[in-house]
Amino acid sequence: MKDLKDAGHLLRLAAVFVAVFLIFLLARGSFVPKSFGRYGHFRGDALAEIASRPIAYAGHQACENCHGDVVEVKSQGKHKGVNCESCHGPQAAHADDPASVQPAKLDTTSLCPRCHTANAAKPKNFPQVSPEDHSGGQPCDTCHKPHSPAIEQAEAKP
Amino acid sequence: MSMTRRHFILLTAAAATAWESILAGTPETSPNYNAYDHWWGMLINIEECIGCGSCVRACQQENKVPDGYFRTWVERYHVADWTVESPAVDSPDGGKNGFPELKDPNGKNFFVPKLCNHCANSPCTQVCPVGATFDSPDGVVLIDSKYCLGCRYCIQACPYGCRFLNPDTHTAEKCTLCYHRITKGLTTACCENCPTGARQLVDFKNPRDPVHEFLKTHSVQVLKPYMATKAKVYYYGLDGSVR
Amino acid sequence: MHVPVEGFMYPNEVELQWSVLIVLYPFITGLVAGAFILASLERVFRVEAVKPTYRLALLTALAFLIVAPLPLQLHLGRPERSFEMYLTPHRSSAMAMFGFVYLWYLMGVLVVEIWLEYRRDIVEWAQSRTGVSRWLYKALTLGSYNVSERALQIDDRVGWIITIIGIPSAFLLHGYVGFIFGSVKANPWWSTPLMPVVFLFSAMVSGIAVVMLLYMLTCRLRRRPIDMRCVDTIAMYLFYTFLIDFTLEMVDLIHRIYEADESFRSLDFMVHTKLYFSQIMLQIGLGTITPLVLLAITQLMWLPETVRKFVYSVAGVLTMVGIFAMRWNVVIGGQLFSKSFLGYTTYKMGFVTREGLLPAIILSLLPFVILYVLVRVLPPWEEAAPLQSAAAESELAQGSV
Repeated sequence: MKDLKDAGHLLRLAAVFVAVFLIFLLARGSFVPKSFGRYGHFRGDALAEIASRPIAYAGHQACENCHGDVVEVKSQGKHKGVNCESCHGPQAAHADDPASVQPAKLDTTSLCPRCHTANAAKPKNFPQVSPEDHSGGQPCDTCHKPHSPAIEQAEAKP
Repeated sequence: MSMTRRHFILLTAAAATAWESILAGTPETSPNYNAYDHWWGMLINIEECIGCGSCVRACQQENKVPDGYFRTWVERYHVADWTVESPAVDSPDGGKNGFPELKDPNGKNFFVPKLCNHCANSPCTQVCPVGATFDSPDGVVLIDSKYCLGCRYCIQACPYGCRFLNPDTHTAEKCTLCYHRITKGLTTACCENCPTGARQLVDFKNPRDPVHEFLKTHSVQVLKPYMATKAKVYYYGLDGSVR
Repeated sequence: MHVPVEGFMYPNEVELQWSVLIVLYPFITGLVAGAFILASLERVFRVEAVKPTYRLALLTALAFLIVAPLPLQLHLGRPERSFEMYLTPHRSSAMAMFGFVYLWYLMGVLVVEIWLEYRRDIVEWAQSRTGVSRWLYKALTLGSYNVSERALQIDDRVGWIITIIGIPSAFLLHGYVGFIFGSVKANPWWSTPLMPVVFLFSAMVSGIAVVMLLYMLTCRLRRRPIDMRCVDTIAMYLFYTFLIDFTLEMVDLIHRIYEADESFRSLDFMVHTKLYFSQIMLQIGLGTITPLVLLAITQLMWLPETVRKFVYSVAGVLTMVGIFAMRWNVVIGGQLFSKSFLGYTTYKMGFVTREGLLPAIILSLLPFVILYVLVRVLPPWEEAAPLQSAAAESELAQGSV
């Protein structure tokens, strides 16, 4: 057709566009990650990758497997709901290899005030003191056993 | 209505029992974990939070959170009398090292721990241009840091301010609900380390999870309900002044 | 980097996420859309008076469009992954549409329209030029040298259709940017259905202004008389478009003040303190009211030609400043206040950093450099000689052709 002859340049332009589009489709096929779309609009492998990140806190269950005696003492006292690593820090490494990784000895002077320093915003029935007034700088475990902190005898050291 | 000590102990005991059963059902390795059997959320009891910051520290340790950024943080509210619409709020370093004493303790003061709400209708996944942030089949909003472009649209879209750009990887980051822990039957680092049990991980699809009983007997709220994000972090005892 | 915070902000909110580069991006695409709309005035709406600016407007749009993705690339945390938007676009995300809208507008509209407009000249230059430029023009012909009457008629018809399609495409190119902000329910400064409309009209204003300024400037540089009928007409369109833009922004403002919702107190305070200079003085005062008054004067009373040229130039420059300030106030302003409505932060703009002021300045000047090259390769004016190879130019100089 005469028109087609005069529109030849447009066909060339269209051909360039189609070629680029086909190259794009090919590239897309090879670059989109294979697991994409498996569960939704995301890379399916990401779930497993995120789930396999390293663990730092072993969880109280792991502690209880070996330290049953401490658990016994703790479950009788006020710190019953306080998990081990809350004070002892992340111990997954210790739980995996107890012999070679030892938890550090804790300093109660700095540890206990983190929860028990008096603050007007804390719930009224929560045990809280001003550390200087209460113990005059002495470490808390002078009088309190951390695993069962209540003091039974009245004649505890001041 | 406050939670009595008895309720709290019962809840902890019930939670412990629940965890026993979860642990029994899902051994250490993730391959036995079926995402479609779970629907994760969190229950936070404002009346129990003492603002110690243990959760913030624990999260940072567990997830290698860079300094100055927070996957979870604690805010302190001071509401003087009836001025509910203008509380004084502070969060020094996210509450990581606790809080200094209040200058003016008169009025109502309390702590509010915050984290990603793992919204079932999350605005952040809606705006991600490439699908780098997504909703997992078990209801956890996650970020694929190998795919994220760092465009920060998700950070803008989150109404709760829980996202940030990791300065080392230059990709978006936020709370993952310790996905690497909960898929192995452990609880999140923040819940594990909360000394008062104010934070509790919940699995709504688990019929024996104590959250079901709790929801039947207590009033709960979510943050910014008018945003209609279907947030899955429920707060018990949330005051109207909380932003 | 310690950022001073007033009041309370959520800990992760203190650092701004979107920098001056994200202010620049809508400004640039706005110029593209506006310049194209001006070009379409002649092509589709048969406004004869603005014909002298037709080709210039198209080249201006192309120059800015080429630069448009650069601020985005610089801003991305992982620019090497930006192609992912083409591989796995998330259909619910307005930002994902960027790649496709941009590509469509660049290739399907602008490049095709420019090619069709210049094709006859390209064919002629491919046959008459020598040296490297000859090969450039030969490549641009795509191998077809048909410039018969019928072929040119077809070009004209197709070009007209492309322009018709191009108008909503230009709206989409810039409107979706407004939607990116307007659809964020978490941010009350951004979240409004008016946002795409306001963005679009301010884009048209800035685009018309930049073409008007460039036309007057290039006439000056070429020592040619300025077609006053053309410039008067452009100024008239600028005035009325600006009136609509101003009305829309005022409607939004009045609405906010009247409804005074939860966010209002915090935003109001921010506008009166942190955004006082950029919003009240620059955007509204100097950048909107002043050019509107200046243009109104030229519309209402007759002024001699030299005065009009001066007034148009001043109004044009102030308009550009005002529209840039508007983008700044939207993008930066939207991140200065806390979503708790209890505090404010500060924007610390670096200078020689990846997202600092220096890259922003360079990216603002780059389109003019590109435009200069485009004007040499595809001259919009009859009397200018197209690109010569260095050898041919020296031959001419020695008079030995």
